[in-house]
Amino acid sequence: MHITQGTFSFLPDLTDAEISAQIEYALRQGWAVSVEHTDEPHPRNVYWEMWGMPMFDLNDAAGAMLEVNACRKAFPNQYVKVNAFDSTQGWESTRLSFIVNRPAHEPGFRVVRQEGPDRTVRYTIESYAVDRPAGSRY
Amino acid sequence: MTPTTSDKVPAPEAIDLGALARETKIHEVLEELDRDLVGLAPVKARIRDIAALLLVDRGRRLLGLPTEPPSLHMCFTGNPGTGKTTVALRMAEILHRLGYVRKGHLVAVTRDDLVGQYIGHTAPKTREILKKAMGGVLFIDEAYYLYRPENERDYGQEAIEILLQVMENQRDDLVVILAGYKNRMDTFFQSNPGMASRIAHHIDFPDYSAEELYAIGQLMLAKMGYRLAADAEPVMREYIGRRITQPHFANARSIRNALDRARLRQASRLFAATDHVVGRDDLSNIAAADLRASRVFNT
Repeated sequence: MHITQGTFSFLPDLTDAEISAQIEYALRQGWAVSVEHTDEPHPRNVYWEMWGMPMFDLNDAAGAMLEVNACRKAFPNQYVKVNAFDSTQGWESTRLSFIVNRPAHEPGFRVVRQEGPDRTVRYTIESYAVDRPAGSRY
Repeated sequence: MTPTTSDKVPAPEAIDLGALARETKIHEVLEELDRDLVGLAPVKARIRDIAALLLVDRGRRLLGLPTEPPSLHMCFTGNPGTGKTTVALRMAEILHRLGYVRKGHLVAVTRDDLVGQYIGHTAPKTREILKKAMGGVLFIDEAYYLYRPENERDYGQEAIEILLQVMENQRDDLVVILAGYKNRMDTFFQSNPGMASRIAHHIDFPDYSAEELYAIGQLMLAKMGYRLAADAEPVMREYIGRRITQPHFANARSIRNALDRARLRQASRLFAATDHVVGRDDLSNIAAADLRASRVFNT
């Protein structure tokens, strides 16, 4: 199932030109761009692996696209996303975050029920991908 | 309902280059360059060629012909003070106004900014600089220091490899300008033929003539808001004529230093004068005495 995490996730996959345009927008706003990747698609997985440091002081999207393409080449079967961080006072948070690469087949989630005392049931979701160990999931 | 045709709008048969030039304001750029930089005929000629190519490429695109952006990597060679860094700064702006680079900023680096101190340090360092320079111009001063064949533990070669790769693959994103003294750059290119073949424009910056140096001096004074007094003008010419023959002459930089020293002497003269009421002219005029006091006249 096509996970819908982050901005533009309900749209068809962005082309390189579109990704470049979005990064260009982020740079024009003065945000710092960074690339992250993971193979664990749970929606509460907040901390993905960083690919290099956040890129401050970039003037053009071509520099960030270098890193995006390098990460996609190194991990073609993982989720790769681009974050744009706004450091102005009052914001100090990620303003834009969108997925730029997905594994070819996304298996989806299962519901896990945990029975508690007194017939209570706790629910959570778990990706089918985590049945296999990290590094060999896709 | 108007019927839609399946024909595309046909490309025009001819275009007016003059109108295109006015539209892209190319002449403004060239005139500004002529005004602000004295001499430097080979540089101006090359920029004029690049601007003309831009115009012709635009025309070709309008007529439906294929165009490919030219390789713009350059190498500036010349003695100190001949304007290499100044022109590199202007080049970024010019190329941006001509539409060849997207952002028009300049990142000026030397070897230390590209080469690391330990294994694994160079590649990220060089890549950081390259990413910052994308969309603009990367100016590498004294580029020959990157190559140190006598020390096998030197990481300059790694930086060169990364540069070569980006210069070739990301031609549309980045323009690289190397600069340095001619003989050392020649040696550098001999040992790095890959680098030499990627540089399309080798531009030599000739030493300035005495007349050009005088004009540069005038421009510098005007920018600082000063003026040579009438009797100081021939003294200035004489100063330049003498200074050129003396050792460690650094062209425009020597002129700037000389003018700074003249300002100091003018300030001392005004400070020591008995009449302390000074007007705008007194504060702006460099007198002949301020120039005469130079050591250059004692030899």
